[in-house]
Amino acid sequence: MASVPRYWRNIPSYYRLVGSKCRGCGRTWFPPRRCCPICYSRDLELIELPTEGVLEEFTIIRTPPSGFDYYTPYVVGIVKLRDGTRVLTQVVDCDVTELKPGTEVVATFRRVREDGDFGIVMYALKFRPKR
Amino acid sequence: MRKVAIVGIGLTKVGRHFDKGLRELFYEAAVRAIEDAGCPEIEAIIVGNMCSSSLCDQDSLGALLADYCGLCGRAAFKVEAACGSGGVALLTGYMAVASGLYDYVLVGGVEKLTEATTREVTYALAKAADADYELFYGTSFTALNALIMRYYMRKYNVTREDMALWPVKMHENAMKCPHAQFHKRITVDDVLKSPLIADPIRVLDCAPISDGAAAVVLCPLEEARRVSDAVVEVAGIACSTDYMYLAQRPDIASFTATVKAAERAYRMAKVEPRDVDVAEVHDAFSVLGFIDIEDLGFSRRGEAVKLLKEGVFDPGGKPSVNPSGGLKARGHPVGATGVYQVAEVALQLMEKAGSMQVPSPEIGLVQSIGGVGTTVTVAILRRVK
Repeated sequence: MASVPRYWRNIPSYYRLVGSKCRGCGRTWFPPRRCCPICYSRDLELIELPTEGVLEEFTIIRTPPSGFDYYTPYVVGIVKLRDGTRVLTQVVDCDVTELKPGTEVVATFRRVREDGDFGIVMYALKFRPKR
Repeated sequence: MRKVAIVGIGLTKVGRHFDKGLRELFYEAAVRAIEDAGCPEIEAIIVGNMCSSSLCDQDSLGALLADYCGLCGRAAFKVEAACGSGGVALLTGYMAVASGLYDYVLVGGVEKLTEATTREVTYALAKAADADYELFYGTSFTALNALIMRYYMRKYNVTREDMALWPVKMHENAMKCPHAQFHKRITVDDVLKSPLIADPIRVLDCAPISDGAAAVVLCPLEEARRVSDAVVEVAGIACSTDYMYLAQRPDIASFTATVKAAERAYRMAKVEPRDVDVAEVHDAFSVLGFIDIEDLGFSRRGEAVKLLKEGVFDPGGKPSVNPSGGLKARGHPVGATGVYQVAEVALQLMEKAGSMQVPSPEIGLVQSIGGVGTTVTVAILRRVK
């Protein structure tokens, strides 16, 4: 169920790729965490992750969950950011026949979904091939 | 801790049950299991289920089912770990009996999916992933498995045709499974020509949308020996979890939670992968069948396809994998699936599996996965002479 506070509290991650960095071992994570699953430190700081990276794996969704018909078909993939952090994201503005693992991509601000006809419209960063 | 046995089994046919709701479907399986166990005094009911709330508007599922089955007053509740709910229901029932808190526990699973639209079911099942950071972007559950399939195929140089062998074999096995959703042989060509859902996953790579209910009765092993001559012990059981967000995992050609749960369950039962005679594994998508076989130690990494082609896992093989037809062809009533698997392996060990019986198995294995390998339960069952 969509709600304004639920969307609002995640906006730093949706709009600016805010993840977390462990002060204990230096690893970075998206979405943000409170404790590091590798070194068990609870000393993590929020950081903005790089907005460029490489597409590692992708799929084209042809049967979407309800609420995404308007966008179908669309590409969802795993992007490895410049600093090595991996994110799951949509890939847009692309010729799907030219997408392949290794394609360089860059973040772009887009509409993601709407909560019905009268609810909020939600936005986030998606990625597109670098030109 | 007390040793725990399975003494009663009840199944319903997997498929579309337009004439039955959650309660009627569960009743059928529960009564069969209780009668099969010789009508003992059931003290607790534990129900594996995923979507009763999102698709049937029903919470308080345990109380509803206990009431409808004439067991009002007993402890009764639902346990949920997405598609792995059945596995954690068995674990919960095991803990209740092993601890000595209860003697007779009914572990069941029930799911009703077929009355919702495909979009609604796709949304409900996608809740198994991270709602705020995966589902938010429109990622379906099939899409996450499609990423895994592409990665596995590239890592081990496996072809699309090879992947299609899994559903073909599963449909063949299900021909002998009376409660299977499908009794229809398919070919590699059928798989490759079926519609794409999320590239490269096609319809015939996916477990179907199903309704179904299954139940088993657990009790202390010593008690079971007294009431029955066909006794199956839950010799080992373990559950493990993995990172929720798929992209955080270093290698998605394996489920770490399966590896960890299996290691612990094997150790608890004091057996090795090579001792297993029959296994029911969680093949919600073709690629998972191969990954499961490798994670459970039945094959070396990247070699499951080769062994499958050689027929190593066919009924009567070592081990026989999914003689029921698996999730692919027996069907996948998600929260009930793990309980079906337990029931099927127990029937094999009791030599009561009828047309799908494999020759004299002694050690069985059940693997139940929730999410994309986020919660995995592995149980080792043993025939007790």
